Amino acid sequence: MESPIDSRNSPPNKLNSTPKRDNLAFGFPVFLLSESIIFVSFFVTYALLRWKNPTWFPPGVSGLDIPRAAINTVILVASSGVIYFAERALDRHQLIKFRRLWLLTAALGVIFLIGQVLEWRNMPFGLDAGLAGATFYLLTGFHGMHVFTGVVLLLYMYKRSLVPGNYDAGHQGVSAVSLFWHFVDLIWIILFLLLYIW
Amino acid sequence: MTNIFIKSASEPEPTNWKRYFSFSTDHKVIGVQYLVTAFIFFLFGGLFAMIVRAELLTPQLDVVDRSLYNGLFTMHGTIMIFLWIFPANVGLANYLIPLMIGAKETAFPVLNAIAFWLIPVVGILLLFSFFLPSGTAQAGWWSYPPVSIQNPSGHLINGEFLWLLAVTISGISSIMGGVNLVTTIFRMRSPGMTFLRMPVYVWTTFSAQLLQLFCLPALTGAAIMLLFDLSFGTDFFSPFKQGDPVIYQHLFWFYSHPAVYVMALPAFGVFSEVIPAFARKPLFGYKTVAISSLLISVISTLVWVHHMFASATPNWMRILFMATSMLVAVPTGIKVFAWTATIWRGKLHFQTPMLFALGGVAMFLFAGISGVMLASVPFDIHVNNTYFIVGHFHYVVFNTVTMALYAGIYFWFPKITGRMYSEGWGKLHFWLTFIGANLNFFPMHPLGLQGMVRRISSYDPQYTGWNVVASLGAFLLGMSTLPFIANIVSSWLRGRKALNNPWNATGLEWTTSSPPPIENFEEIPIVTSEPYGYGESHRLAADSSSI
Ligand code: HEM
Ligand SMILES: [Cu+2]
Repeated sequence: MESPIDSRNSPPNKLNSTPKRDNLAFGFPVFLLSESIIFVSFFVTYALLRWKNPTWFPPGVSGLDIPRAAINTVILVASSGVIYFAERALDRHQLIKFRRLWLLTAALGVIFLIGQVLEWRNMPFGLDAGLAGATFYLLTGFHGMHVFTGVVLLLYMYKRSLVPGNYDAGHQGVSAVSLFWHFVDLIWIILFLLLYIW
Repeated sequence: MTNIFIKSASEPEPTNWKRYFSFSTDHKVIGVQYLVTAFIFFLFGGLFAMIVRAELLTPQLDVVDRSLYNGLFTMHGTIMIFLWIFPANVGLANYLIPLMIGAKETAFPVLNAIAFWLIPVVGILLLFSFFLPSGTAQAGWWSYPPVSIQNPSGHLINGEFLWLLAVTISGISSIMGGVNLVTTIFRMRSPGMTFLRMPVYVWTTFSAQLLQLFCLPALTGAAIMLLFDLSFGTDFFSPFKQGDPVIYQHLFWFYSHPAVYVMALPAFGVFSEVIPAFARKPLFGYKTVAISSLLISVISTLVWVHHMFASATPNWMRILFMATSMLVAVPTGIKVFAWTATIWRGKLHFQTPMLFALGGVAMFLFAGISGVMLASVPFDIHVNNTYFIVGHFHYVVFNTVTMALYAGIYFWFPKITGRMYSEGWGKLHFWLTFIGANLNFFPMHPLGLQGMVRRISSYDPQYTGWNVVASLGAFLLGMSTLPFIANIVSSWLRGRKALNNPWNATGLEWTTSSPPPIENFEEIPIVTSEPYGYGESHRLAADSSSI
């Protein structure tokens, strides 16, 4: 079954042979590719600024809290693995297993966000503390917004999985959300390397 | 012209005007919504240009004060780009693409409708900023820091803030529209409509939308950072602290150079549809013309630094980008050559769409020449930030793209409305536009060469002569919209009924009724050959002309 939005716009398709939901499988990655350019513009700006400014952190600060961020990284990477198995379970029509793993993914996302909030609260400098502050809060904040969106999408898809027979005809929505989740994860890895390790 | 396709009896009720004010997911309604909305903003943008030109009629400052002047040219440029050319192009594409590829709708109708409804929001934000205590943004449409991150009014909600918000929302709308159009073209083609059987307009739209998807987010990223600098005291781009304003320029032009082709490619597409139809000849070198569109997209992402030759850019970079910039002339030259060859020995019919198309191509040649001049570093540094630049880009955005939009609107008017426009009014519109545009924009070249700087509200009296000519041309141009509006409104209400294919043109869109029924076609069109089969020996001609 399709989402209400899709089905309203899909009267029996006599003209174009491709079912509408396959459009999502094409259009969503295109959208993500486009979205990734915003991150690229942030990364490039960060790299150029950092490269040109030898004194990066405000006085008294020598670097960011790497162990804390590393834990968060592990959590997010793990959740990418979990969501992969969730999707696989759905492929095999193991609906209960799918739901459990799916919720676990969302939970890991929430833990990541909590970790980020704690990190922000313990930061030794604020948004206006030179470039270190500006880039740190912008990049982690923008990424955090994406994790939050991902969690919302995960929960929404979970709700939809409770509709009987919802995924009998395929699950492009689930695939799209899981692609989004991998995307967010990948962005974080780059961000971790740039912000914390460099 | 006679035609056997008389309007079919089973047409939908086309007079239900209320649906144009609703959240419709029909791509045809959305297309018209875009076009009409964009045109209304075009009138605002034009009005602001008239005031700017009125100010420049005399050397002294006598019509508006300086900050209002700055606001007016900033809003003029912003509105023209983000609310006229982009939405008008997207509107035409929305209307035409499904019809041209034999689809009954677009890939994501709801997304498409949302994308449209964001446009009025952008417009309201921008126009509303005139009423703020701070006035509108004043830093020009490119919004360079550090000028743009000054906030003398001290209010959080100031003109520049609304400008950045508006540009970001317009970007979101464009991305949504782009995802929809690209997916539609990729996945919704009717049987037999291979890529190399798509009309050139579909190709150019596809190429332009890929540019939107790939380059526009760079501007969005830059706008977000600029907003932080302006409102939250960060210093990404502030030269007074650790930041770097040149990074903003790179991000801005990484998008805004390709943006020129987002505007121009659909214009090329329109020329490629209109000229063969009125020359009664297949488009010369169809395949080459089609594929050169993608080539233009690729190359134009590699040339952005030519806008920054004067920004302390190192020499190696200047030379590299000078070379890539000149390279764009190749695929664009292919197109101009193909149009010329199509006209050559054609049986020309000079109805209004053809006049606008021919005028547009001729003016584009002129723009291309000044463009290649600007691509050479020494010349660019000489005329940097003078009226020569303004003259050059108006030959592109007005004399080429806006002319093409007019050509397209007249050409597809019978299809869209089911009625014919009046040829007399149309021709009057063309000649006023053509003469006005040249009077307006040609003088900017000598002015720039003599050293008149852009974005100034009063100037040295030695520049008066050409400025008077330009201003009179601008007023003529303003007047030229009147016959257009009169024509469109009266023809839509009472025009002669149009045939399904009034021009005897060849695209799929002409095989359905005028206006098309809700799902576009009565039955699935099956495509068996290349487009542009004009003339009896068209298959032969098409084969021998594909290089
Ligand atoms: C109605 C006909 C038009 C007239 C009379 C006109 C006139 C002008 C004038 C006088 C300026 C100010 C130049 C300066 O001080 O730097 C200007 C700037 C500009 N125009 Fe137009 N223009 C017209 C149409 C267009 C169109 C169709 C576009 C479409 C994209 C456009 C885009 C721009 C841009 C981007 C700027 C630069 C604004 C800035 O410096 O921030 N114009 N125009
Ligand atoms: Cu350029």
